[in-house]
Parts: sequence; C-alpha cells; structure tokens
Amino acid sequence: MLQTNPSTSPPPMVSLSAAGVRRKGRWLVRGVDFSIARGEIVTLIGPNGSGKSTTAKMAIGVTRPDEGHVTRIPNLRVGYVPQKLAIDWTMPLTVDRLMTLTQPLRGRDIDAALEATGIRHLARAEVQHLSGGEFQRALLARAIARKPDLLVLDEPVQGVDFAGEIALYDLIKTIRNTTGCGILLISHDLHVVMAETDTVICLNGHVCCRGTPEAVSRSPEYLRLFGARAGQTLAFYSHHHDHTHLPDGRVLHSDGTVTDHCHPDDGHHHEEGLPAGRAGPMRIVHAHGPTCGCGQHGDEKPAANTGPLQERGDA
Amino acid sequence: MLDDFFIRALLAGTGLALTTGPLGCFVIWRRMAYFGDTMAHSALLGVALSLLFQMNLTISVFAVAAIVSLALLLLQKRGSLSTDALLGILSHATLATGLVIVSFMTWVRIDLVGFLFGDILAVTPQDVSLVWGGGILVLFAIVYLWRPLIASTVNPELAAAEGLEPERARLAFMLLMALVIAIAMKIVGILLITSLLIIPAATARRFSASPEVMAVLASLLGAIAVAGGLFGSLKFDTPSGPSIVVAALAIFLFSLLPWRRRAEEGAIQADTGGHH
Repeated sequence: MLQTNPSTSPPPMVSLSAAGVRRKGRWLVRGVDFSIARGEIVTLIGPNGSGKSTTAKMAIGVTRPDEGHVTRIPNLRVGYVPQKLAIDWTMPLTVDRLMTLTQPLRGRDIDAALEATGIRHLARAEVQHLSGGEFQRALLARAIARKPDLLVLDEPVQGVDFAGEIALYDLIKTIRNTTGCGILLISHDLHVVMAETDTVICLNGHVCCRGTPEAVSRSPEYLRLFGARAGQTLAFYSHHHDHTHLPDGRVLHSDGTVTDHCHPDDGHHHEEGLPAGRAGPMRIVHAHGPTCGCGQHGDEKPAANTGPLQERGDA
Repeated sequence: MLDDFFIRALLAGTGLALTTGPLGCFVIWRRMAYFGDTMAHSALLGVALSLLFQMNLTISVFAVAAIVSLALLLLQKRGSLSTDALLGILSHATLATGLVIVSFMTWVRIDLVGFLFGDILAVTPQDVSLVWGGGILVLFAIVYLWRPLIASTVNPELAAAEGLEPERARLAFMLLMALVIAIAMKIVGILLITSLLIIPAATARRFSASPEVMAVLASLLGAIAVAGGLFGSLKFDTPSGPSIVVAALAIFLFSLLPWRRRAEEGAIQADTGGHH
C-alpha cells in the first residue's frame, strides 16, 4: 500500500505489509513493507540483529508475522540458503546428496547447478570437508538446482573471498537473467551491494530507508581499488541515518532528542554523504545530484515518509 | 539343536534391530541420545499404569512415552530450563514414579528385572508378531517421511522454506520412537533400549557415504549384534539383553581397529578428486 507500483510492473510474488515479529515481549522487526516480483532483486541490509533474517523468514513463511500481513502467490517455489547451516559430523552427506535434500532432481539439473557454481569437481566430497566458500557455493547450487521462483539468499557470500564474492554476484545476476526468478538477498555489508539490485532496504528493527543502489563504476576511487570488473558487479548504497538505536532500545535522534521508538519518518540525511566515521577502503564520498539516480533526495521523499506524522519536530 | 524359544527370540530381536537402525541414525544426527533415554525410562511408568488400570501393556507404554515427548516439547517452548535439565527431570521422575507405583501394588507380582533389562528368551509368538507388525509399520513410516525427516534434520528452516513441514516430521519421529520403545521394552529392557538405537548407528557411520547407506547398515549391524548376543547368551548362560548390548559394543570396537584407517584415507582421497 505504501509503494506506488506503476501499472507496467509485474504482480508481486511475495508482499509484506506492516509485518512484524515479536519474541519474548520484544519486537525483532516491525512495520516492514516491500514486495518482490519476478525478475526483481531486493537486497536487505542493516546491522547485526536488525531483523534482516527474520524479515526474510517472514517473506517465505518460515516465521509467521505477529502483526501485519504477508501474502504469497500459491505454490511459490522457494530456494533458500540460510545464514547458518551446520551439518552434524555424524551425518554422511556428499555434495551430490545435498542437492536432492528437499526434492528429487534430474542428474543434468544437478550437474548444471554444480557447474554454474564451479564446484562440479566436488560432487562426491563430503560437505563437512568443504571450506567455507565451497560450502556456500554448494548451498547456492542446491537452491538453484530446484529452479525456484524466488531465491532467498541469507548472506550468500560469507566466507567467500573478494574475487569469489564478485563471481558469486555475477552468478546470481546470471541466474536472474536466465531464469527470471525473483531474488531476496541479505547482504552482510552495510554499504556495498550487488549492482543489479533493484531495491535496497535498510533495516534496523524497522525499515530505516530504501532506495536504489548507485553504480560503483561511477566512482573512480572505487574502480582504482577493485578494478572495472568489480565495478560492474558491485554498487554502493550510501546513506546516513539521523538516529541511533541505543542499547536499552530507545532511539537517539540527531537533534539530540531521545524517544522510545522510531517514528515513521525517521529518515536519512543523504545530502551529508557517508558517515564521517566510516573507515576502510570503501570510503567514498558521494555527492547527490539530480542525475545520481539514488532516488533518496530530501526533496523527493518517497510516499512512505508522508504517512502519519508524529508530534516531534525534526531538525 | 535350536529350541523353539530361541528361534522366537532370534526373530523378535532381529525384527527389532531392523527398526532401531534408521531411528537410531536420527537419534545420533539430531543429538537426541538423552532424549531417547528419557522416553525409554518413562516406559516403566507406562508399565506401572498398565498394571494399575489393567490396560494393554504395549499401548500404555506407547502412550506414556508419547506424552512425555510432547510434554518435553511444551516445556522447551516455555524456555525456562535447558533441554538437558528438563530431560534429567522427566527421565528420572517417570522412572521413579513408576517404581513407586509398582511398589504400592502388593497384589501384583512383577518381574522388575525383566522390564529393566529385558527377557528376550521369554517372548511369545504374539510378541514376535507384534515386533514384526509394528516394525513393518515403523519402517513404512520412515520410508514415507524420509525426505522431510532428513531435510529437517539438516535444517528445519530450510525444510520449512521449501515446503516440507518439519514440525510434522518431528512429531511423527517422536511417535515412532515411542512405538519402538514400547516394542523393544520386552526384548532389551528399559535401561538398554537406547544402546540398541545408538551403538549400531554409530558403528555404521564410519562405513557410510550417505544417510541411506548408514540407515540400512545400522539395521544390519543391529541384527548381527542381536544374533551374536543371543548365541553368546545361550553359550555362556549370560542375561540376554545385556549380552546383545555387549555384542553391539564388540562390533563397534572392532570397527575402530586400525585397519579402518587405510580405507578412510582412501575415502577422503576419493572425496577430493584424488588430488593427494
């Protein structure tokens, strides 16, 4: 209801509206609105404990929302790569056998998925003997082999080195382009996302902000660091929040006020570029302009932010 | 040379081992050894209640074991105590309550040792048909539920996301455990049931390349242990239930001998595509 979908866009496979999950008297996440259509890539970002995985689990029906609604088209075929998956040493499981964990598959579909993820030579290996990166590829291969309508990848590049990360994102892009499936991606990185992402949603117990990523290739600094190939695959989502979540659950706003909860229009000061404290090689100063395409300018706030306003006057 | 009672014991024991093989694999994979023990201990409460209310023994043992496993599920959801503390409470509370109830019933003579350690040489033809009838039911259920059971053992959320209903599989697994415990009680006894679940499966692990192979192998190794234990019991005049467990242990120890090492290295080499 909050997103204004042009009539040309395909109908969503999954949509969440004002969805939230409450555990032991605490809201893990609430007020989540988004939808995923066929061929669309949605990336969830946010700090640890911000409700990314919970949101993904709500979207695919593993976790039921305690408020709001989640609707899925009937017989939606999901391919899921969970964030944590530890296979007990006592279970003998080869990569080949892992592929048919949730459904029987044809041999050539298995081979194609292993080939695509570059682990065909490991088909007979026990999963417990794989390295972190190989295991992630095996899980991805398993998820794509069943030809899902919606691929849900919870930090798929964890344990994968930078070159491998680029390769995996390239692969995910190829999967989307060839099969037309929708992809819900959870990124461990707060600022660098896959370039093909259609919508980035930043969570911190609620939807902090959303927008489109900006091509990394526009930044000469980034290109110098990681090369043109990375520039085609990665993008950054530069954003700066105007409030901080305190350890006791209250919210500190940039104007110095402290409130019990976030407010619907708690937004971001994009004009300020990246937060000053940001360290490391990814530091890129981004100045917004009319053509930057990030869609998150102060003067064109999305409809979501014009909802019921709170009493507090923001600076 | 083989007496009739011995044939019956052999039939009952091997029939039981065929069902404990695959179930035992799940007990190991899901790290539920102590859980199996708790359900087995609760069988004595089932025995006591069946005597008290004059109900069918197998049905009341099954019912109590099933109720205990459901109670554990509910207590786990409340989350105030850790699972192993809850299991410790349920396990010994049901065993002790059963013993106390039995001691109150001065009018019944009960062979407590037979219940605790099994009396396989006393199985009746009805017992044999119960073992095989129940066993075939359990095996059919396991085959039917195999994929959801394996998938939810690997990761319940993954299974749920891809439409395999892990909660249903888990419930079915607990009921199957309760059924096998009710069947197994007469054969190896309350205190030794878990060993017939765990030892053959643990032995099979080292020789298996897939969950399916491990399940079948555990059944076969269990059947061999039952046969070996029974022959030993006949030859050395030792109690049958413990003899079966000792035979299972002997096979397990045999599987640990150094000759395995070479085969294992071979397997690892094959795994990595022969790079070594």
